[in-house]
Order: sequence, then C-alpha cells, then structure tokens
Amino acid sequence: MSKYRLDYLDELEAEAIYILREVAGQFEKPALLFSGGKDSITLVHLALKAFRPGKFPFPLVHIDTGHNFEETITYRDEMVARIGEKLIIGHVQDTIDEGKVIEQKGKNASRNPLQTVTLLDTIAKHKFDACIGGARRDEEKARAKERIFSVRDEFGQWDPKRQRPELWDIYNGRIHKGENVRVFPISNWTELDVWNYIRRENIPLPTIYFAHQRDCITRNGQLMAASPFLNMDADDIVEKKNVRFRTVGDMTCTAAVESYAFEIDDIINEIASSKISERGARMDDKVSEAAMEDRKKGGYF
Amino acid sequence: MDILKFITAGSVDDGKSTLIGRLLYDSEAILLDQLEALHASNRKNDDGSIDLAILTDGLKAEREQGITIDVAYKYFETDKRKFIIADAPGHIQYTRNMVTGASNAALAIILIDARKGVVEQTTRHSFLVSLLQIPQVVVAVNKMDMVDYSEDVFKQIIADFKKLAAKVNLDNVTYIPVSALKGDNIVYPSSKMSWYLGDSLLQHLENVEITIDDSSAHARLPVQWVVRPQTDALHDYRGYAGRVSSGSFKVNDKVTVLPSGFSSTISKIEVYDKQPEEALAGMSVTVHLQDNIDISRGDIIVNSAGQPQLSNVIEADLCWMDTRPLDTSLTYLVQHNTKTIRCKIQEIIYKVNINTLEKDFDEEFKLNDIGRIVIKTAEPLAFDPYQVNKANGGAIIIDSRTNVTVGALMLRQSVE
Ligand SMILES: Nc1nc2c(ncn2[C@@H]2O[C@H](COP(=O)(O)OP(=O)(O)OP(=O)(O)O)[C@@H](O)[C@H]2O)c(=O)[nH]1
Ligand SMILES: [Mg+2]
Repeated sequence: MSKYRLDYLDELEAEAIYILREVAGQFEKPALLFSGGKDSITLVHLALKAFRPGKFPFPLVHIDTGHNFEETITYRDEMVARIGEKLIIGHVQDTIDEGKVIEQKGKNASRNPLQTVTLLDTIAKHKFDACIGGARRDEEKARAKERIFSVRDEFGQWDPKRQRPELWDIYNGRIHKGENVRVFPISNWTELDVWNYIRRENIPLPTIYFAHQRDCITRNGQLMAASPFLNMDADDIVEKKNVRFRTVGDMTCTAAVESYAFEIDDIINEIASSKISERGARMDDKVSEAAMEDRKKGGYF
Repeated sequence: MDILKFITAGSVDDGKSTLIGRLLYDSEAILLDQLEALHASNRKNDDGSIDLAILTDGLKAEREQGITIDVAYKYFETDKRKFIIADAPGHIQYTRNMVTGASNAALAIILIDARKGVVEQTTRHSFLVSLLQIPQVVVAVNKMDMVDYSEDVFKQIIADFKKLAAKVNLDNVTYIPVSALKGDNIVYPSSKMSWYLGDSLLQHLENVEITIDDSSAHARLPVQWVVRPQTDALHDYRGYAGRVSSGSFKVNDKVTVLPSGFSSTISKIEVYDKQPEEALAGMSVTVHLQDNIDISRGDIIVNSAGQPQLSNVIEADLCWMDTRPLDTSLTYLVQHNTKTIRCKIQEIIYKVNINTLEKDFDEEFKLNDIGRIVIKTAEPLAFDPYQVNKANGGAIIIDSRTNVTVGALMLRQSVE
C-alpha cells in the first residue's frame, strides 16, 4: 500500500479513456456526438488517446442546426481533415423540410429544441446503439443524476426514476433492439477541469472561445450575438462588445460574456473567479426549474 | 492535487442532502445563478430560510416529495483537495442507488439524526458500507440543534454505533457532531459545542489519508480492446488496451494471460505518444508483449508472480437490486471486468436479517436483500477476493430478459 495517487487530471483522463474503450468493446455501432464545443473537442482528443495508432471504432456525428457559429463549422471541418476520421452530419433543416418539426416563431425563436428530432432520426437511420456525448454532471442538476451509461428507450427518453444501478467501473451496456445508450465519459469533469486539460494538452479550440469583438444585442439581460438567425426588431440595439463564449451551441440560445480573456490562462483565471455557472449563459435552461430534465425525458442529449 | 470520492448515507430525512448543500454553501462553491434559483424556489425551510437540500435534489419528483430518489454527483475543491460527492437517497426503496454511489467511494459519511439515534436504515447502510469495503467512515450525528447540542446525546449515539460497527466489521470510524441546517462543524467549527475538540467535517475530509494498492503482486490489466491499425507501416502492431485496475506493471515484467494461462513478458507500455516505464493502478495504457499470443477483450493480464484465483464455482456476497426476486433456476449473466458470461446462482447460503444482523436460511432473495451465495459461471473467472482487491473482486448480475443490472457481487473464494 502506498500514498501515491494519480494527479487529478491524469485520473479523469484515464477514466474517460477507459469509458471510451468500453463503448468500443461493448457496442456494434457506436457514434461520438460532436457539437464543436470544447467538451466534445476534449472527447475527440481523448478518443485519439484511447485508440491511436488505430482508427476510431466510431464516426463523429454532428447535429447541425444550421444556425451555428461559422467558426464552429470551420473548426469542425479542419479537425476532421486533420485526424482523418469519418464525419456524419444530421441537418435540422432536413427535419424541417420533411415536415417533422416546425420552425419556432417570435423573438425567442430557436432551433435548439428541434434538434432532438434530428438526433433521434440520425440515430435511427444509422442504427447507432450508443452515442458518446460530452455532457458533464456539474453542468446542471438533472445531469448531476445521470449514469455514465444512460439507457434510452425507443423514443430516446430518459427515465430518471428507473435508472439501472451502475457499480464500480462495470458498465452494463446491454440493450434491447431499438433502445440506445448515451455515454458520458467526462461526467466527472468540471468546467475548470476541461479548461485545465485543454491547456495541459495544448488542444486547439475554435476562436469564439477567446475574447473578440462582435456585434451583440441584449436579450433578457444576456448578450446575444447579432445574427440573421436571431429574430430582431426595432427595439434591439446592436452594440459592438468585447466578448467570448463559455459554451457553444446554437447561435440563438448561446449567450456571450463580456471578456478580455485572449489567452487560455486568462480564461482559466476568469472561470476560476467567476460567480456565474456556465449554464447561466444558456437561454434554454432558463425556461423553468426542470427545463433540462424535461428535455432529457424527451430524448435530448 | 488528488481527488477524494465520498458518499452520504443514513436513513431518510437524516439530513444528507442538507449537509451536502451546507458543505457547498459554506465553502462558497455555489455560484450566483444557482443561488438565485435557490432563493426563487418555493421549497423553503419552516423558518423561511433557503432549503439547501434542493442543491442536490435535482429531479422534479425529488423536489415535490422532499426526498432524494437517485444519487446526485457534486464537485468542489479546496486548496487541499478535489472532491466528488455522491449524495445518496436514504429511502429503503432506493437502496440500489445508494449502492451505485457507494461502490466508487473512498469515504462514507453516515448520518444519524440525533433525536432518533441508530435506526434500521443506519444498520443497513453501515452494513453495505462495510460489505463494499469503503475504507474510511465518518459518522455525522446531525440535527444537534434539536437536542440542545448535548454532549450526552452525542456520546450515547457513539456508544450505540460502536456496537453496530463491531457487528458489521467497520473500523476507521470518526465521529462528528453537526447541524447541517445551522452549519455547526460542517465547514466551520461550532461555537455551540465547545466540548467537541475534533475537526470539522471539511477539515477531516481535507486531511484524511487514502492509500492505493500498487504492489506488483496485484498487477491486473483487464483487456478492453486490441489496437490493430492494420496499415502497411504498422503491420505488426498489436497493443492490448485497458486500465490497470490494481497494482503496477513495468517493462520486462513476466506476465500471465488468464484464463488461457499463457505467459509472456511486457515489451512496451504506451500512453498515446508516450512510453512510460511503468503502468500504475488507475492508468489507461496500451501494453505490448514479447510473444504473439491470442488475447482478446475479456482476458486479463496479470503479474505471473501474483496470480488471482481461477474458478467457475465461487462463493460471494450478493446484494439483490431488482423487484423480481432471485430465481435459482434461471440463467443470468455475470459481468466481471470486461467479460460477460452466463451464470447461475447455484446456492443461497444465507441471507442477512438487517434488524438483527443474524443469518436467515430459508428465505427468498428479494429487492434490497443481502447475503451469501454460490455462483456457477459458464467459464472460469480470474478474480481476487473482494476483501483483498476490490478492483478485481466485484461483479454484477444482469437479467438477460430485461438487460437490467439486478445484483452486485463481492466475490470471496473458489469452492471447487
Ligand atoms: N433542525 C435541523 N433540521 C435539519 C438538519 N439537517 C436537515 N434538517 C431537515 O431535515 C429534513 C430532511 O433533510 P434532507 O437533507 O432532505 O434529508 P436526506 O437525508 O437528504 O433525505 P433523503 O435523501 O430523502 O434520504 C429537512 O426538512 C431539513 O431541513 C439539522 O441539522 N437540523
Ligand atoms: Mg437527500
């Protein structure tokens, strides 16, 4: 017996790699959901560590709302070319064109809720039995309750009252036909852990994570990037601001924070001293106390 | 910096979630928007103050009923350590969720309501904490504010718990009198209990020592995945990927692959672009062997000088977690490390009566029952007794009709 312990980042990394390899070993057709955000970028880096010099035993899947930040898409395509792995894109626009969902109207219209349908369609089309995602338990109180292997029924629904026991490092990925498992290898990481890891590993990131000048408007007390996708009217005042994004999703639901953090060290300092959580900048979580839980029950990531 | 994983345990309403809420609140680990949500919530304490339990009770049903249903994981750190908290439910119906959280914990905080003392769930959870071999235990006697911060009450509960601890084999117990609601002895020492001279809960958590087993005799590497790039440049590349579950391996170590029994020598250890000389417990690595032997997922690489038991009839402790009782005529699946095979529970040796901690002999194994059984597996398992090596002694039972995890096994010994 000794007091030797792995450093916390090594421990988190080793756990995530272990989980990724369990997915590879247990499933027929897994996929890694890649959103272009820092968490899924971290996942890709971890997958390199888990499987190189071999190929990934899964494709990357991007559910594209069509309302992405341009920088995200540029980054995605460059990264895929660099690592030479397969990318599958599910377009929310296709789901709209097929008449399966209807575009929201009004000032707060967003495609964010629509993407669940595109995700489920993409899973069904490719018969994915496991989807790896970058969600973390520290993000939100419903996520804090979710297993690392989270079983979803045929409709993608999460039933928080009937989660399987999950003991030690033994993950039970057995499912019936039609069901699938959402797997969260970085469940135990905090936002700061992700940033410290990105710094340690020198992982390149899309430029929107760093402070830059951008046209913004203020909505419900939050700074939103002015874009053709945001329904604006005469009351909306466009101002140039120095901002960066803490989390990156659809342009219509991701708020910016004012920031002068140009380097990763600045960002880490900023987050370490921040008094607001990362999800505080997501309009989609502000709807009600159980917004995330309700979305997950409906098949959302 | 290292990470301490701990769990809360104890009976329903003893104040587990409130305690975690208080720990986070007083360590200033709660951010403004979360605090705002706390204030805005309509679940409040009787005196109108904010209810700290809703920080972890994240499900709608939990907030409605005021109880915890499933484990919540919370994260915070101090200058000394990072913490991963699993806030478990106390309700007997959700014992399997408590077991889920407890299985990975290095420390358990067992709460006891100062007014009620040791109750049935205290016994059950203490028994589970012992069975799961959680190395460190804190008994937090909570709601001291409701017993006038009485030292006598605290002492009486210690005396009662010591009797229980002796029966369930718990040692390393630290006792702390607290009030989660008022914040006494959680982060800050209490001014109301000057008779208590020990550490506050947080001080204790920051300083408690955790050890790992890194002896090469217990070196175990369950193979998860074989890396075979099959490109021209890497034609002969064949790496065995997995996480060292216990002990440590070095380059040139003599190893044996089980269950086949073939031996070889480690020629290289890789972690992505690095080639460390040593693979330590907890590390995810890819190892290469000198000889070309057939190895696939489900096999385990061990140090030849310290081999596990290899058997297909094994005595084990079992915690049953399904609403359908255990059926000894049914074929189940057992998952041990990276291997999943068919099995039967061949014999129920006894069940433990949680009230008396005595053995029951002729009963069905139902939800939340704990006892000793003999399992027969379709192929031999390479295991260590859970008592000696947790990482290679735990396994789960899966019901192949539902695919649900229905049992937790702590393997003990081969009975062949
Ligand atoms: N007076 C007093 N009340 C407390 C204290 N700690 C918790 N409570 C109250 O006890 C009740 C139950 O608290 P919880 O924290 O929800 O209990 P729990 O142990 O998490 O319950 P389960 O998770 O459902 O098992 C709540 O009304 C708390 O306000 C304390 O130190 N003093
Ligand atoms: Mg609780």
